Amino acid sequence: MRRAEIITAVLMAGLSIYLMVKSAELPIGWIPGEGPGGGFWPFWLAAIMLLSIIWVMVNWFRRTSPPSKSEDPYLDSYAMKMFLLVGGGITGMIALVDIIGMHLAAAVFLIYYIRFLGGHSWKVTLSVAMPTPVVTFLFFDIALRKFLPTGFMDPLYIPLYDFFL
Amino acid sequence: MELIGLLSDGFLVAFEPLNLGLIVLGVVVGLFVGAMPGLGSVNGVAILLPMTFLVPPASAIMFLAALYYGAMYGGAISSITLGIPGASTAVATTFDGRPLAMSGEADKALIAAALASFAGGTISIVLFTLFAPPLASVALDFGDPEIFSLMILAFATFVGLSGDDIAKTIFSICIGMVMSAIGFDIISGEPRLVLFDLIGFQSKINFLVLAIGIYGIGEMMWTIEVSRGDNMMSKVTVSVERVMNNLKIIWGTWKAWLMGSVLGFFVGILPAAGATPGSLMAYGVAKMTSREPHMFGKGAVEGVVAPEAANNAASTGSMLPMLTLGIPGSPTTAVLLGGMVIWGLQPGPRLFVTETDFVWGLIASLYAANLFAVIINIAFIPLFLWFLKTPFTILAPLIFVLSMVGGYASTERMFDVWLMLILGVGGYLLRKLDYPVAPAVLAIVLGPIAEPALRQSLLISGGDVMVFFNRPIAGPITIIALVLLFLPAFQLVWRRMRGKGQAAG
Repeated sequence: MRRAEIITAVLMAGLSIYLMVKSAELPIGWIPGEGPGGGFWPFWLAAIMLLSIIWVMVNWFRRTSPPSKSEDPYLDSYAMKMFLLVGGGITGMIALVDIIGMHLAAAVFLIYYIRFLGGHSWKVTLSVAMPTPVVTFLFFDIALRKFLPTGFMDPLYIPLYDFFL
Repeated sequence: MELIGLLSDGFLVAFEPLNLGLIVLGVVVGLFVGAMPGLGSVNGVAILLPMTFLVPPASAIMFLAALYYGAMYGGAISSITLGIPGASTAVATTFDGRPLAMSGEADKALIAAALASFAGGTISIVLFTLFAPPLASVALDFGDPEIFSLMILAFATFVGLSGDDIAKTIFSICIGMVMSAIGFDIISGEPRLVLFDLIGFQSKINFLVLAIGIYGIGEMMWTIEVSRGDNMMSKVTVSVERVMNNLKIIWGTWKAWLMGSVLGFFVGILPAAGATPGSLMAYGVAKMTSREPHMFGKGAVEGVVAPEAANNAASTGSMLPMLTLGIPGSPTTAVLLGGMVIWGLQPGPRLFVTETDFVWGLIASLYAANLFAVIINIAFIPLFLWFLKTPFTILAPLIFVLSMVGGYASTERMFDVWLMLILGVGGYLLRKLDYPVAPAVLAIVLGPIAEPALRQSLLISGGDVMVFFNRPIAGPITIIALVLLFLPAFQLVWRRMRGKGQAAG
């Protein structure tokens, strides 16, 4: 935990500096007749971010904040395993959207999670994974007219749109 | 007396069969839209608005207002049962509603939210009915320095009262504000902070992308890690005895919901603010004035009733400037306003003279919608509790799917779905190191209001910051904010002095 605290602080300090530099692409000072420039607000906020991170680093150095004193691992083996399986699963689902569309990607993700991570029976898995795309389609695409991406499965949806809309 | 006559005429309009049916339908649709992560009242109102052209304008706006109301109730349902705010307005409800549900008291949180919403709705509609013209003129008098002072006060409550690591709280506020500045400069229109020169950052980061990322994906990952596969949500018991006991506890929090109702109403009136900042402020004030502030964030009933009363009150408040001045008090009322213009109703003070039936019918419909919303909401509580008993390994993937679909539906950009995942995972990793996430969420909402207010104020005063101190309304607000901001420092000095005194003694 202690090492994660300082690594995160260094990364966040880097982010703050990047945001300051990026803000400074617009004027950060006073423009006569116009008031503060466009970069003024984010620049000074990023500067405060940097100062507060320096404060976090001081606390780390003096061991005054709980994470800077903690000897526990930041992500233990269980947390790391779940982080990779769940985070990886969601990343995979979102990546699949461009290929098989959002409705089917959701179904694939549900099968992966419920059957393989959750260890439920195929009956339970399919009884959740199959109706979900139907419900999301009817609710978003049909009722709310928010057309979700269909990827390469577009031809499959044309008759459905024709039928419902 | 004239008021009562006008209101009873209004009730006759609201209770016409078509109108009554549409009010009930609006409430039910609103409850579902509000409960659905990623969809709030504004999405529901905007999308269903064209469908209401089937019915007369007065009926249509009653339906949409009822939907707005239902969504305010519905938002709390997913905040409590899933830990994801169903709508941005229910973010503050997750802070304590979630811990209550986690400790097996979801029933208490849901009843508290429904009753507080009812109280907030009722109190605010009475205020709306009685004080419409003078209250609107108060909000109209608010200039940029007053608005900026209010923003500072909102953030000061987080620094002074949250009890989180102060440096990390300030970091969280500032990163949220900077995120709200991405896209373009609101005043000059120039591109700004187009991070890594990605096209997706050429427009603003939608608030919901951060909210769903943090509270959908991040929260779920947190829960999966903490629960270690146990079904944490199944320990819910409901009995008549518990309900009666809960009612007593909720009644005991009357100060919090009363404060939330009044504060929410006033914040709702402000054209720039609304139900989300109103509920977050009410949460902050409830915590500040509570006898047990340490319980906030761990499952304080006051932490549920204050924001829930406030968001309903704010939704009524936001309709006040819409109807009387033609200025929307919230994004949802902005859409409603657009609809009214299409329907040939010219919003503004004249509406009260030329369209008396419509105005008072709408006001009466708010009373009716509020009553139906509380009844339908409470009647469905067993259903929500049943929903909670679903094994977590089924619920969690469904929530991830809802987050992805809801996140997409709110902006219709895949870039935002990816951004939501990154923000969610980042929020989870930072949260493990005690970085509070709530201030960042508040900041991304208030940022676009605070920045122009600050820049305009400084422009008016020629760069003199005294503009925030020497105005009759802004001055006291700024001073209170500064006191709160430095409260932790005062407390530290006070403890050290006392420590020294005791050591010497």
